[in-house]
Order: sequence, then C-alpha cells, then structure tokens
Amino acid sequence: MAYKIVKSQCTGCGMCEPECPNKAINEKNGIFMIDPAKCTECIGHYDDAQCAACCPVDDTCIVDNSYPRYQA
Amino acid sequence: MSSAAGIATINLTDIRSMREHRELAVKVEHTGCSTSSAQGKTGCGSGAGAGDLPPEIWEKVKNHPCYSEEAHHHYARMHVAVAPACNIQCNYCNRKYDCSNESRPGVVSERLTPEQAARKVLAVASEIPQMTVLGIAGPGDALANPTKTFETFRRVAERAPDIKLCLSTNGLALPDYVDQIQAFNVDHVTITINMVDPQVGEKIYPWIFYDHKRWRGRDAAKILTERQLEGLEMLVSKGILVKVNSVMIPGINDGHLVEVNEAVKSRGAFLHNIMPLISEAEHGTYFGLNGQRGPSAQELKLLQDRCEGEMNMMRHCRQCRADAVGLLGEDRSAEFTTEKVMAMEVRYDLARRQAYQTQVDETRAEIGAAREAELAGIAQGADDVKILIAVATKGGGKVNEHFGHAHEFQIYEASNAGAKFVGHRRVDHYCQGGYGEEDALEGVIRAINDCHAVLCSKIGGCPKGTLKEAGIDPVDSFAHEYIERSVIGYYKDYLARLDSGELTHADRGDAAIRQGAFIAA
Ligand code: SF4
Ligand code: SF4
Ligand code: SF4
Repeated sequence: MAYKIVKSQCTGCGMCEPECPNKAINEKNGIFMIDPAKCTECIGHYDDAQCAACCPVDDTCIVDNSYPRYQA
Repeated sequence: MSSAAGIATINLTDIRSMREHRELAVKVEHTGCSTSSAQGKTGCGSGAGAGDLPPEIWEKVKNHPCYSEEAHHHYARMHVAVAPACNIQCNYCNRKYDCSNESRPGVVSERLTPEQAARKVLAVASEIPQMTVLGIAGPGDALANPTKTFETFRRVAERAPDIKLCLSTNGLALPDYVDQIQAFNVDHVTITINMVDPQVGEKIYPWIFYDHKRWRGRDAAKILTERQLEGLEMLVSKGILVKVNSVMIPGINDGHLVEVNEAVKSRGAFLHNIMPLISEAEHGTYFGLNGQRGPSAQELKLLQDRCEGEMNMMRHCRQCRADAVGLLGEDRSAEFTTEKVMAMEVRYDLARRQAYQTQVDETRAEIGAAREAELAGIAQGADDVKILIAVATKGGGKVNEHFGHAHEFQIYEASNAGAKFVGHRRVDHYCQGGYGEEDALEGVIRAINDCHAVLCSKIGGCPKGTLKEAGIDPVDSFAHEYIERSVIGYYKDYLARLDSGELTHADRGDAAIRQGAFIAA
C-alpha cells in the first residue's frame, strides 16, 4: 500500500509536504500528490502516517489499496 | 493562525486620505521636529497617545497601525498570504478559508510565493507611503510555514529596510523559531491565546499536530498552552514586542479570558486584543454549524473594560480581510494583483516615504493640541456621564466621511476624562443601494445602536430623520474637524443641554457585531 491524496478534498495548504520523511509528496501547479514508489506509509519513521496526521481535512490522505502493502 | 505559504494581504488605513496627504507631503517643510531615522521616528510628538506605555515600547509601536490606535488613522499595514499550512485546528476555523484568527472567516486570499509577495510589498510601499508594516499572518500559521515566511522577510528587508516586520502565530511552533525571529529583526509578534486552561482549550481545539503526532482533547490543549506561554516568555526576554489576540467565545472562554489577560500580562505581553467570535453557519466552521453565537457589542466592551486595568487593550482590530489594500476599510487590492505587480516597474522611494511620515507627525501633534485645548473647558468632577459616539472617517484623524459612504464607524466613549476610542463597527454602505437602502440603514442603526450620536461630514435628510427616530443624534457640524476634539466638543454641548434641562440622560441599548464576510465595494 501507499498513501494517496484525494484531490477533490485537498485545500492545497502544503502542510503535508515537508512532514513526509520520504519526500514522497510533491506539488505541481498547486496540486499535491504522493509518489507511491517513495511512500513507506511512514513505516520505519513514525507511528502515524504524517500526511494523514497533519492534514486539516479528514479522509484526504488515505491508503491507496491499489498498491501492495509496503514491506520494510 | 496562519501558516505557510504565499498570500499577500494589505491593510492600509485610509488610502483616500493618503492621496490627500501625499499632496501635502510634497509641500512639507521640516519644522520643529526633525526626522531622525529611516523608520520615521521623530524627536517630538510622543506626548499624545503614549499613555502609560514605557517610552521604548511607545517608540516601537507609535507608527504601527495594528498596535497604536492613534497610528491607525495615518499608517497602514499589509499582509502577504504566503503561509497556507497550519499545525492545529480551531473550532472557529474552516480551513478552506483564511485563518480566522487574523482575518474574517469565509474569505480566501490569493496565495503568493515569497518572491511574488516581496514584489507586492515593494510595489505597494512605493505607491502608498502609509504602508509601514508588513505582516505574515496566514492564511494558515506563519510558523507552520517557516521557510516561506522567513524567505519573504529576507527579500523585503533587503530592499526596504524601513518596513517593520511582524508575524502572527497560534504559538505551537513558536519556541522553535524565536532565534530566527530575532535574527530577522521582527519586532512584533502576535500570538493568539484563547485559553490557559486545557479544560477550556479542549472545547476550542479538536486537535493539534505536534512532535509527529496528532494530539486531541485535553492533551492537545495542554501542549498548546505550554508552548504558547513558553514562546511568549522567550520573545519578551529577547525584547521582542508581543501582542496577544484572544477570540471571545460566549459560554466557552468569555469569563476565562480575564485569567488569560492576567497570564499574558504577567509574562510581559504589551497589548491584549480581545476580538469577537464571528460565527455563521455559512462559514462551515464547527462553531458556525453548531449554532455557537458570537458576543454582542456590549458584551465585548464589558469584557475589554474588565481586562483593561493598567494594561493597554487594543480595540481597533477590525478583523480585516487579509488581502485588502487600503486605510480604514478601504480596499485598493485590485490595483495590486499579482499579475499587475509582476508587470510593474517598482521604484522604492525612501525619501518620499519619509516626507509623508514627517507630515503625519506634525498632524498628530496638531490633533493632540486640539484635543487638549477642547478638554480644558470641561467641568471636572461633575457627574460622570458617559456616552458613546460613532464617527465616520476616512482617515487623517478627522470627521471627514459622508454618512452614506462609511464602511465602518469608529466608536468613541466620551466622558469628563475626554474621548476614548473603544472600537469600530463595520457596516454595509448605506448609499450603495442595490438591494434596498432601507435595509442597509437599519443595519447601520443596529450596528451603532448603543451610540447617542453619529458624527459625519455630511448626511442626507432622509437618514437623518430615521436616525433621530432611533434616538441617535445625526451631527454634521464637526465636518473636517479632528475627531477627538469633535467628540469632546459634542460631549460638552451634551452636558450643557443636560444642565439646561433640554435633555435628560438615558442609557442606550446594545448593538450587533456584523457577521458576514465584508465585501468591499
Ligand atoms: S504516509 Fe508517510 S511516507 Fe507516505 S506520503 Fe504520507 S508522510 Fe509520506
Ligand atoms: S495537508 Fe491535506 S489539504 Fe494540505 S496539501 Fe496536504 S493533502 Fe492537501
Ligand atoms: S484559525 Fe486556527 S486552525 Fe485556522 S488557520 Fe488559524 S490557527 Fe490554524
């Protein structure tokens, strides 16, 4: 798995970007996206997924089930 | 408060009068007091308005349109919205909009990069000599976006060293950035502190993000209050001015704010600004959706009076729209859109700015003298009649706005101690028409219903009659006079009429605080 950002809910505030320990979050023209290849669900870094923990809008940074579970 | 990213807001007090001043400024000769530094500090003129502030603090705040009520009439600040991220959630904030601590809810500022923001600041400062302060207050929390905030300061300080820098924060990240704040010579920091008791705090803050975790409830509020007070103490120990903002939420922290006042006063905050909760369901905030009401004008004033004591209370904070450009509610932001600013040729003219500032110092000395002269005739020790008077002004410290054109009224309390500014009330233009002038006039009356009189430069016959019926005396005989001496003048006349039996003194009712987002013309 990896996390993804639900585009329709994101306010584009940018809070999540610097919090990601893997630099998996990037902004392009005001749209924030998670690179599933870089996202480790914060495993190995923190107990909670940082993007989900700091995002002001509930259910905006969520698990993307189309990716297999991250293997540490 | 506001955090990271790029929105530019400018609140200039009174741009129209700026225009008038600009013409004057060109003609100003240096007489009497001379300008001693690039920051517009002068040797004299510190008498009027200094009040009980220590001289070094008065020197720092006297030209600050946010902190000195007197300066508010002559100078303006500007916000740039470079900081959209925030590290906490407040129940009065809907994060789709700007931080409700620093601007009115329901408003979205245009976000700017630090580079765009710095350009905008320089463009506005060159056009508008009144602009003396740059603030970063959002749209989120200035310190949840440290890179963008400090990069903007760096760029502005490089080209315009005379502009004062200030920032606003909810305080959670503050202790980590005190050194940087000092290094950038930021001399004013505003912390929004709504409680010092986690039991109160848990009703205001559903969560915070701190130390890589989301904290909720009382734990969250405990961390927040500890960080806020620690940050406040650290700033004060470094000689940085700290203002505290509090949002008054009836039934939740209204009584508790007296304790907050005590706590921040004892830690060295120089000003405490209590603002009313603005809460409407349409803003989509937790409080708005759950019917939490804001305070009435009277409730707000009572609390401000209780907290006043020997501390300065700030009463002119107008919860301004973060990206408005203009003095006293006027908005020139359309002239400074990012597109226009990026295309402008910006010449930063320090000499012109200094000439304006010298002229303002002279005007302020005159205002002080006029006030003292008028006060001299007042019967001291007479019975202590207090009345509130609404004033329509477009700046320059004068009664110079047409009743029907006023966006807001300044409220003064007149007593035998003189004229004291106690707040302002925002209104819809009565004259604008469109959707029913009658409704607009009723709105104005509701907003100033606790006042005995309204002073303006001119007023039509029709509204005059309606005001009189509502028990508010419409007065245009002080047109273009200085405000304070006019208020005292009216008050003296009022006392004389009481004496002669022409009038009997009666208390007026309460007034409403305007809720909706303010859309400038
Ligand atoms: S879950 Fe962690 S690693 Fe994945 S994007 Fe969010 S912050 Fe980055
Ligand atoms: S923190 Fe949430 S709202 Fe802000 S940019 Fe990231 S995903 Fe979007
Ligand atoms: S009002 Fe509160 S939640 Fe909203 S941006 Fe300001 S500090 Fe953050």
